[in-house]
Amino acid sequence: MATAELSLQQEFQEYTLRSPFKASWQKVMMWVFIVVDALTFGSLLVSYGFTRVSIGTWANPAEVFALHIGGKEIPLLLIAIMTFILVSSSGTMALAVANAYERKKKQTILFLTLTMLLGLSFVGCQVYEWTHLIEQGTRPWWNPYGPPQFGAYFFTLTGFHGMHVLSGVIYLAIVARMVANGTLDRRGSYQLVEIAGLYWHFVDLIWVFIFTMFYLF
Amino acid sequence: MAEGTHVPIRKYLTVWLWLFILSALAYFIDVVHVPAPWKAILLVIVALMKAGMIMAVFMHLGYERLSLIYAVIAPLVFLLVMTIAFLPEGTAIFGSHSIAAP
Repeated sequence: MATAELSLQQEFQEYTLRSPFKASWQKVMMWVFIVVDALTFGSLLVSYGFTRVSIGTWANPAEVFALHIGGKEIPLLLIAIMTFILVSSSGTMALAVANAYERKKKQTILFLTLTMLLGLSFVGCQVYEWTHLIEQGTRPWWNPYGPPQFGAYFFTLTGFHGMHVLSGVIYLAIVARMVANGTLDRRGSYQLVEIAGLYWHFVDLIWVFIFTMFYLF
Repeated sequence: MAEGTHVPIRKYLTVWLWLFILSALAYFIDVVHVPAPWKAILLVIVALMKAGMIMAVFMHLGYERLSLIYAVIAPLVFLLVMTIAFLPEGTAIFGSHSIAAP
């Protein structure tokens, strides 16, 4: 049993040395997925930009996404909080990867759990935002703020991104379990944590562009 | 045991801090109502800076082999081509969308 798993690990290392990218195939495949996913999000954003330019008018996101606190209206506060949460989660994920390389299991699991909690609170904020807009009458075909396409792109862009965050939380939960039960020790490599980190940082990267193009413009 | 890419924790924390600063800056640019062309230019610069830092340090791309960097960056150039090709075209069909009054 032990020798069979050792040879598997050697096989990975040999592959990495022979690879033109000098990276394991798992990591290369995650990058392939990320590039494809980036192009998908890119086409959604280009389509959004095209539609918005061709209509000429648009809803004012600063007003639509304002929060009322103490009788005052603070523009985009919820979005600012969501950005803060996601950037924080990227930081905790980076610390999880750093700890995984030093084989500190407890710290790795701690930071992975923190990342998952931050991811879940991000999705929670999004649920609040969706609920609020749907209560105001926003539908993919109509909304009280501007052209009907505003609702369509709001649900498509944020929904697609939110699904990515939710999938990421599930992915990290599986990885954390594999760290906890010693699967990665037996495999002899903690690279899975780094690869899961690639996905998580990518979701943060997409938010940078949705935040800029959908909420701030 | 040496495996994968080692990035010093100090570097992670520096980038983390910069991401907070740049996010706050983007929010600030929106709140103070910077005049039209400058707002777009500034926001795009800030977004690209954030994207570059996340990819280079958090995603370790800056520590990978050049062939992997090219393989990732090259397809993304098509996004730029799409943007340049389609956004001006949007003005060509200006007003042809049916817009129900809100």
